[in-house]
Amino acid sequence: MNDMTPIARTTTLKDWETDQEVRWCPGCGDYAILKAVQRTLPELGADPANTVFVSGIGCSSRFPYYVESYGFHTIHGRAPAFATGIKLANPQLDVWLVTGDGDGMSIGGNHTMHLLRRNLDCQILLFNNEIYGLTKGQASPTSRVGTTSPSTPMGSVDRPASPCAFALGSGARFVARGFDVSKNLPEVLKAAYYHKGAAFIEIFQNCIVYNKDVFDDFAAPKGADGRQLWLRDGEPMLFGSEKSGGTRGIALDAEKLTLKVVEVIDGDWQAAGVIVHDVKNRSVAHMLVELPFGPFPMALGVIYDDPRPTFEAAVHEQNAQASAGKTANLAALLAKGQTWTVGGTAQDPI
Amino acid sequence: MATAFADDPAARQARPADDSSPEAVVVRFAGDSGDGMQLTGGQFTLSTALAGNDLATFPDFPAEIRAPQGTLFGVSAFQINFGSTDIETAGDAPDVLVAMNPAALATNVDALKPGGLIIADSGEFTRRNLDKAKYAASPLDDGSLAKWQVMAFDIGALTLESVKPFGLGNKEALRCKNMWTLGLALWMFDRDRAPLIAWLKAKFAKNPVLADANVAALNAGHAYGETAELAGPLKQYHIAPVDSAPGLYRTVTGAEAVSLGLVAGAQLAGLPMFFGGYPITPASAILHHLVRLKEYGITTFQAEDEIAAICAAIGASYAGQLGVTSSSGPGIALKGEAMGLAIMTELPLVIVNSQRGGPSTGLPTKTEQSDLYQAIYGRNGDAPLPVVAARSPADAFECAIEACRIATQFMTPVMLLTDGYIANAAEPWKVPDVSTFKPFPVCFLEEKNGGDGELLPFARDEKLARPWIKPGTPGLMHRIGGIEKNPGTGNIDYSPTAHQTMTDLRKAKIDGVARSTPPQEVTLGETSGKLAVVGWGSTFGPIHQAVRRMRRKGFDVSHIHVRHIWPLPENLGALLKSYENILVPEMNTGQFKTVLRDQFLVDAKPLTKTSGQPFTIAEIEAAIGAFFDRIPGNEGGEVDADTTQLPSIKAVNP
Repeated sequence: MNDMTPIARTTTLKDWETDQEVRWCPGCGDYAILKAVQRTLPELGADPANTVFVSGIGCSSRFPYYVESYGFHTIHGRAPAFATGIKLANPQLDVWLVTGDGDGMSIGGNHTMHLLRRNLDCQILLFNNEIYGLTKGQASPTSRVGTTSPSTPMGSVDRPASPCAFALGSGARFVARGFDVSKNLPEVLKAAYYHKGAAFIEIFQNCIVYNKDVFDDFAAPKGADGRQLWLRDGEPMLFGSEKSGGTRGIALDAEKLTLKVVEVIDGDWQAAGVIVHDVKNRSVAHMLVELPFGPFPMALGVIYDDPRPTFEAAVHEQNAQASAGKTANLAALLAKGQTWTVGGTAQDPI
Repeated sequence: MATAFADDPAARQARPADDSSPEAVVVRFAGDSGDGMQLTGGQFTLSTALAGNDLATFPDFPAEIRAPQGTLFGVSAFQINFGSTDIETAGDAPDVLVAMNPAALATNVDALKPGGLIIADSGEFTRRNLDKAKYAASPLDDGSLAKWQVMAFDIGALTLESVKPFGLGNKEALRCKNMWTLGLALWMFDRDRAPLIAWLKAKFAKNPVLADANVAALNAGHAYGETAELAGPLKQYHIAPVDSAPGLYRTVTGAEAVSLGLVAGAQLAGLPMFFGGYPITPASAILHHLVRLKEYGITTFQAEDEIAAICAAIGASYAGQLGVTSSSGPGIALKGEAMGLAIMTELPLVIVNSQRGGPSTGLPTKTEQSDLYQAIYGRNGDAPLPVVAARSPADAFECAIEACRIATQFMTPVMLLTDGYIANAAEPWKVPDVSTFKPFPVCFLEEKNGGDGELLPFARDEKLARPWIKPGTPGLMHRIGGIEKNPGTGNIDYSPTAHQTMTDLRKAKIDGVARSTPPQEVTLGETSGKLAVVGWGSTFGPIHQAVRRMRRKGFDVSHIHVRHIWPLPENLGALLKSYENILVPEMNTGQFKTVLRDQFLVDAKPLTKTSGQPFTIAEIEAAIGAFFDRIPGNEGGEVDADTTQLPSIKAVNP
């Protein structure tokens, strides 16, 4: 599936820092994500000269200015289209796309969908803070019903979109979740990088000014193990511990064709019917991204990872096929079709 | 056009004409949109070109793909003007009308010159079809066509007879009707059938029976003209070949010429090309052409929308290719914000706008020049970009190369304006000699360019262009974006001086493009005098012919046709001021007129037409005449819709 040859580290975290002052609000979750990325890139053996960070507009989209690589801060919602042009023009480049819930799910939802269905090889980091931060706190397409904001003073009435369900529905072949301060985020980033094709990661990110601690119900350290389901390929879907009310697991409710939470007694998860995570199981992935938080823990980590041929490879293959055995003779091209000659300097029609 | 315009029109006129043969003939083919009229017209065009005539065409078709059969609004027409002199318009009024059904006759017959010839398919003049065309009685019988000559015969029956041996079904057999008609037209104008037969054999290579049937119908139509003992007006014309410059010729439509020019431009720049497009009438043809030219280093991308098409093209330019996108008015409007980013990040990009009638969806299949303001001004902020306008299908080739040159040499988006008329119309084109093209190779920055080992992505050369830096280049990592930036490093800088400096630099860079473009020439006439008729884009043909005719009559009038719409040629202001009067004919409400007034404080008078029809020569002649008639205050104004021109008023609004 993925190339797991040992990586030669040629850079350190410092090499990925720019001389630009970071301008996010103090305490913003974006700092943690930036550090996680800068820490992960050396471990991937990435080359700054061969790396491009592309972003749209919003707090998250300032990201490229702080990474010492090539960076293109584009226009609102359109980063996927720029990334497509970049990757088609030069498939050798490592392309990272940084977007947010407003940029990627609202104004740019259409582009996100098409990039995923085409399967362009890139990593998409969607910072989901469930709010429009840079425009001072309006409700976003992922805000929960009832979110009060300057544009929804009586509470929002529109139902939120689920980025991971959207991604799967759009045909994504890699879907993962993490959150800003999670120690597991680098592991998720690595898996996304190793996935050849469009790798979609929803990263819950704490906007401490306009939507403070909105993810605390599952992200707060205290009792976290009972509210976070970290998915790992080939391992049973277990969460919780004695401290957080007992070990539990996810099992299939065969009658209703849904997932259910089961108690695991004495560690015997098999007896409890807990299922083993298979990153290639698309049906289960659909169920995992739709699990309602509360009755269920938050599904995190690599939910789905099953590569398919990439868009840029298909385009280049077709370009090569169409060009095979042909020469680019401009003079011949101009004189193509039915031609005629006038006067004494007749040339032979080509 | 096939020949240069510098030669003396009087000398050309003095050439003795063969008494029996006209210098130019206008033929209009009209039929149901399913009758294959565009194909018939296209093939007639090809054989006309092969016969050495100069020509211009005007394809006109409904916005509906298959309108209900036999209806007035389902009529599709194709007009061709060809002759032994230079042809620059599709002709004012036709000499010959081929009407494949009553609706085609009803919608087009008023356009026909008095005494002109109608060829009608009498087999289609049934009660049902007459009703659909709103004829109470058959015009073939009631004498209402008396001022024209009428030849009516049952083309359907004659076609069926000719393809009988091939055992086709009735429906398939009747599809050969257009080839029968074409055969007759080829006989009338003394055209060689061989290229057509070769084309049919190639087109139906997988179905030889169909190929043979079509060839048989073509031959039968030809033989009908040759052998049938027809009393009356059906006679053979011989149109002598035009006196063209020697060389190799082909026909070309504007969409083909733009595509070929882009290929040539990318080669001259030494770059692979990335084309991002989204389907839209009448611009899609460019995508269709380029997608078949992958061996020229072209990657095409059909994007999810107009915005993605331009953004992907900008992304490709950022990565070191020549990004190109193409659309028509509504799509160009959607691309506006991305153009601003290309201006802000100073990346090369070519944007082709095949203009159509607007605003909004407007007239998708009809022509207009009403996107001029949008091209020059249509973005947020002070966002200048160069604009180049093609005047004819063949001219679009050079204009496309020019757009590529400016884009890559000045690191800027450039808009190339054509229109629905140029995109679809065909004309003969003298195949240019590739060795005469001047290359403009680009170079990418490979090393840091600052004084003390610093990288300055927004340092500038003598043209004020910044360096082009490809991602992937070791040691030159940097960030660019749409936020205002430091004039050298390109780092975010909102400071008052940074914005003022950068705004000034962006403007000065585009203004400076004028120093790299040739001075404005007078296309026909003198460099001063009583009246200059100033045009841009596809009004070239009618303006040129009208000025030529009025000069022959002794009027002091000259024609100036502007290719570089923005920035305007450096000498244009002084040139315009050397005339007493300026008339600007445009297919819009007077946009270029306003630009000229603004830029040069000259009293340019508008002549506007917004009916979705090109100007006729007569309309511009009349407008020129108004400057010499000593009646004050009647100069310029608005030209009404012309009932005799394509698109037919009746077909559009039965």
